[in-house]
Amino acid sequence: MGGRCIMANLIMFIILAVVILGSAVMCVTTTRIMRAATFMLFVLFGVAGLYFLLDYTYLGAAQISVYAGGVTMIYVFAIQLVGKRTLQGLVERVKTSRAVCGALVALVSFAVVALVLLKNEFVSKACCSADGGEVPMEVIGQSLLGSEKYQYVLPFEFISVFLLACIIGGIVVSRKEEEK
Amino acid sequence: MFDFSIVTTWFDSLLRETLGLGDFLSILIECVLVGVFILAAYAMLAIVLIFMERKVCAYFQCRLGPMRVGPWGVFQVFADVLKMLQKEIFFVDKADKLLYLVAPFLVLIASVGTFSFMPWNKGAGILDFNVGIFLLTAISSIGVVGVFLAGWGSNNKYSVVSAMRGAVQMISYEMSLCLCLITAVVLTGTMQISGIVEAQSGPFGWLVFQGHIPAIIAFIVFLVAGNAEANRGPFDLPEAESELTAGYHTEYSGMGFGFFYLAEYLNMFVIAGVATTVFLGGWMPIHIGVAGVDSFMDCIPGIVWFLGKAFLLVWVLLWIRWSFPRLRIDQILKLEWKYLMPLSLINLVLMTVIVALGWYIK
Repeated sequence: MGGRCIMANLIMFIILAVVILGSAVMCVTTTRIMRAATFMLFVLFGVAGLYFLLDYTYLGAAQISVYAGGVTMIYVFAIQLVGKRTLQGLVERVKTSRAVCGALVALVSFAVVALVLLKNEFVSKACCSADGGEVPMEVIGQSLLGSEKYQYVLPFEFISVFLLACIIGGIVVSRKEEEK
Repeated sequence: MFDFSIVTTWFDSLLRETLGLGDFLSILIECVLVGVFILAAYAMLAIVLIFMERKVCAYFQCRLGPMRVGPWGVFQVFADVLKMLQKEIFFVDKADKLLYLVAPFLVLIASVGTFSFMPWNKGAGILDFNVGIFLLTAISSIGVVGVFLAGWGSNNKYSVVSAMRGAVQMISYEMSLCLCLITAVVLTGTMQISGIVEAQSGPFGWLVFQGHIPAIIAFIVFLVAGNAEANRGPFDLPEAESELTAGYHTEYSGMGFGFFYLAEYLNMFVIAGVATTVFLGGWMPIHIGVAGVDSFMDCIPGIVWFLGKAFLLVWVLLWIRWSFPRLRIDQILKLEWKYLMPLSLINLVLMTVIVALGWYIK
């Protein structure tokens, strides 16, 4: 889309922002853990929508497939393993002192993010570079699996070995011991 | 070959130049029109598919199927829809009402989302991203969450058990589904849907001909895994009536159940459509390298080719459903993890070797 229809982009951004913020607030305030997982799913969808708005379609697709399809499902399965009785007792009241602490932390992190954004002129740079449009799949593939400068085959392989180790660890932990 | 993009370009210029609307308004109007078209096509196809299922199933079982409503029973589905719309939607006591309401929509979103990727004709693909196939598999994975939330939101132990089974089955079979698609992408060299269809032009250009052995293996594995992914027989274990009543949608009535029902049939069509697009050339007519035959084949419109191939595959899926007995959950998981997934991994390596050595039909 580039810079052609700023109006439409702005409207889409506002809708997505409302969805993300609303779901995020609901996610932390709800007392039922399955609802929290569902609202987190909506937050992740909203973030994927932001990536699509920026023409980062690969990142958006990865966001939906990894976070929405994968991570949320893992949370849901983990919640199932905990058991209903334990979950029903998990209600916590919000204390004033905690609320104040939380507000302070939020304020400080907001200040840090705002400072970084303003100091580095990140916004104007992002606006300039976003006009390139959708990055073709070939370029992403080459840079993910290439071994030259600014290419990422080593981290990629490292992460795959790491994930393999996790899978094997999971199998070892969950394996039923044979009768002796 | 009729290029549908003539129509879309004409409509776009009509809005922009003749009517003088701005970018924002014309894009908005186009998006709304396309959305209405998708939903209309979705509903139409659902009606056709449900009627087809009932008739085909009846003939496989030596019955007549619906015969009373209208000639040859053609209005039976409309009567069913009317009945379903009138039903009361009620909630289960102490169930999580929000999740209960959200679940059918998640399943429906996944189904409509993947449905919008279908290439109907030359120049008539609706969603055509550079990451096409990858995004399609990503969107289809939303359905798993919907299935699970439906089971949980029903506050019914049978629903939860069958939702668990459904989710496990869908997650498992997604593996070989994606591996088969990757196998196809290795040959076509692109993930874009229109690019994949373009790569299958030329004499004997369909992927099953072009990629011969590995492509045929991938095609068959894709159909098996797709059947399981759509939760249809012989893998319709989440709905095993005798043990789990009606599966994760036991507690749904009216249109809540209707959405699950719609999504199930359309998922079957989407599986057939994706298999058509990736392995059987989408809207691309069959070309055999003889000019006369090729130009005759080009006279048949692309949408006829696409729908013809897709419905042929749907018919094959129905045939499988009504011919095989239902599998147990351990058999389903064994089939995937011990046979289909290793097979598709080896197949992927085979395809890569064949493409690297140039042993495919060019």
